[in-house]
Amino acid sequence: MYYLFDGSYAGFLTCVFESFEHREFSVTPITSDRFTGDFFRDNREVITDAAKAKRVQRGLRKKLDSNRAMDFFRVYLSEDPEAWQAAFRMILRIFDTGPEIMLDFGDNDVIFFAQTLKKVGRERHRMKAFIRFQKSSDGMYFAIVEPDFNVLPLISGFFKRRYADQPWLIYDARRKYGLWYDGNTVAEVQLTPAEKDALSPHHIAITLDERDEHFQQLWQQYFKSTNIESRRNMKLHLRHVPRRYWKYLTEKNGM
Amino acid sequence: MSRIEEKLKILADAAKYDVSCSSSGSKRKNKGGIGDASASGICHTYTEDGRCVSLLKILLTNHCIYDCAFCVSRKSNDVKRAAFTVEEVVDLTMNFYRRNYIEGLFLSSGIFKNADFTMERLLRIVKKLRTEERYNGYIHLKTIPGASEELIREAGLYADRMSINLELPTEAGLKMVAPEKDHESVRKPLAFVNEQMQSYKKESKLIRHVPSFVPAGQSTQMVIGATPESDFEIMNVADEYYKNYKLKRVYYSGYIPINNEHQALPQIGSAPPLIRENRLYQTDWLLRFYDFKLDEILHPGHKNLELDIDPKLDWALRNPHFFPVDINKADYKMIIRIPGIGRQSAMKIVNARKFGKLREYQIRKMGIAFNRARYFMVCADTPFTLGNMAMDHVKKRILENGNSTYKRKLPTGQLTLF
Ligand code: SF4
Repeated sequence: MYYLFDGSYAGFLTCVFESFEHREFSVTPITSDRFTGDFFRDNREVITDAAKAKRVQRGLRKKLDSNRAMDFFRVYLSEDPEAWQAAFRMILRIFDTGPEIMLDFGDNDVIFFAQTLKKVGRERHRMKAFIRFQKSSDGMYFAIVEPDFNVLPLISGFFKRRYADQPWLIYDARRKYGLWYDGNTVAEVQLTPAEKDALSPHHIAITLDERDEHFQQLWQQYFKSTNIESRRNMKLHLRHVPRRYWKYLTEKNGM
Repeated sequence: MSRIEEKLKILADAAKYDVSCSSSGSKRKNKGGIGDASASGICHTYTEDGRCVSLLKILLTNHCIYDCAFCVSRKSNDVKRAAFTVEEVVDLTMNFYRRNYIEGLFLSSGIFKNADFTMERLLRIVKKLRTEERYNGYIHLKTIPGASEELIREAGLYADRMSINLELPTEAGLKMVAPEKDHESVRKPLAFVNEQMQSYKKESKLIRHVPSFVPAGQSTQMVIGATPESDFEIMNVADEYYKNYKLKRVYYSGYIPINNEHQALPQIGSAPPLIRENRLYQTDWLLRFYDFKLDEILHPGHKNLELDIDPKLDWALRNPHFFPVDINKADYKMIIRIPGIGRQSAMKIVNARKFGKLREYQIRKMGIAFNRARYFMVCADTPFTLGNMAMDHVKKRILENGNSTYKRKLPTGQLTLF
């Protein structure tokens, strides 16, 4: 049976709640907009319910330590319906038999969950590395990214701690939302079409700080000078910095 | 090109032969300023040679009173010289850091005037970063051999990591190319910094708020392939330094020919020994994290690492009596010795087998190099065979149809890179 939900994590957890409520255990959670209809299987529309989601979350937290419970959120951020299914079945198993099953790596769901978790973790790490701020004339540091997975929620704390004394904006151009830090707190922001336009990589309409281009150029120079030509190994280079990330990397866009 | 850009070009170019770029091991927190250290380190980009770029790695100056034959900055070399001012280094570091280009600064220098004069300049930079800019990002600082202990101690309060390079693995090798230098002048400051680190650590157990002193520890670097040391000699030196000075890392840097003036050194045009360098790192890794003893991998009867296969596979082929390992029964310690199985996969195996005997299809999904591992392990459904396959046959099979790692790294394949 398909459970159609709104794609939010609370919605996902509500699906778990309802599956217990209706004693339906062979369930495929899927977002409503991806559902194209399937005559052979029933479906149930699941309305996101914060209270139900919270109960499932609390249940997980009781069974697992908070970091392991977070893993379900991390895997959810992969936006991969197959990983959602695996996570869904695992939650049912955890409530049924206990948290040890998280280590049953011989099981298809558990190993797929672990692999997905690793992929999301790698993307999170990449975003910590690949984000390149530009400084605007009013002192705001802004960056655009298009991560493979929806990892902004996972890097928010990192950037807040590190860049505590400068306002910044990190905008996910694929998912069309951003994180904005005003020097105090981080908030999620949606941009107006005009603001989005202003941020598009090829015609930046934001006025840059007068020294910003200078430092971009210095960084590009550094990137060139620190390379050792007789060790050239583009294959390795590409493995670490895949082409899809180049668009927003200052050092790959100069000269 | 602006003057500052020209300086950056010269002084980054001169610093790049120091291969260390690690930004890990420190847990410095942001205390009301900017920056912190990420315990596991972050590579912000990779150069076209595939090396991690984590730190802004520069020399304060490439003026030098010494004439070490293996070094681009040596006195007699005809290169453009430059020197940053203290303010310039601080400005570059802060502006790169704020844009998330880097994890921090790696600052080294040629020796101008004398050791203390140079060390004092380096100290002024790191002090300014920490106290005036309230910068808590990573700092790797070179200890200048021969500098006074007072200066070194103060620098240690601001740096996350300090290092001094051995340059050549043995004293004899060093004498050949840098007669003015000796290993004693490296050992002394390494020992001094290590003593300080230990006493600060002890103190911090008794008293709260003891300042941190070189929290990410010390490292060193050896140049490989410039002088004729064997891998056995090199790893023995590394082993000794790890033990005596509690080093966090030893780096091995394949020599890149930079001049034809010195007859004893490889001449320009000869390729740097990249595969050998890689094999040394793999050995280093096996010693530190896989519980291998050095004499299992290298000994007087086996002085050099194989180039066509990695040291773990080489060890396994020379020790067939340990194999095959039953992954459903063996200890974790033995499972990580199987070629093609790393520590993470071994943990997965040990956890997963509590739920039932593991079969081949399950193992294959756990992130192992199955083409290598298959000859050295048995799973629940591995067909029973009489006797073992001869190890030279196994090697041939792995090299032939194994994954391309070996093919790519074979010396002949390497030539296509140039
Ligand atoms: S002292 Fe250092 S910088 Fe000077 S020539 Fe020797 S290795 Fe190069």
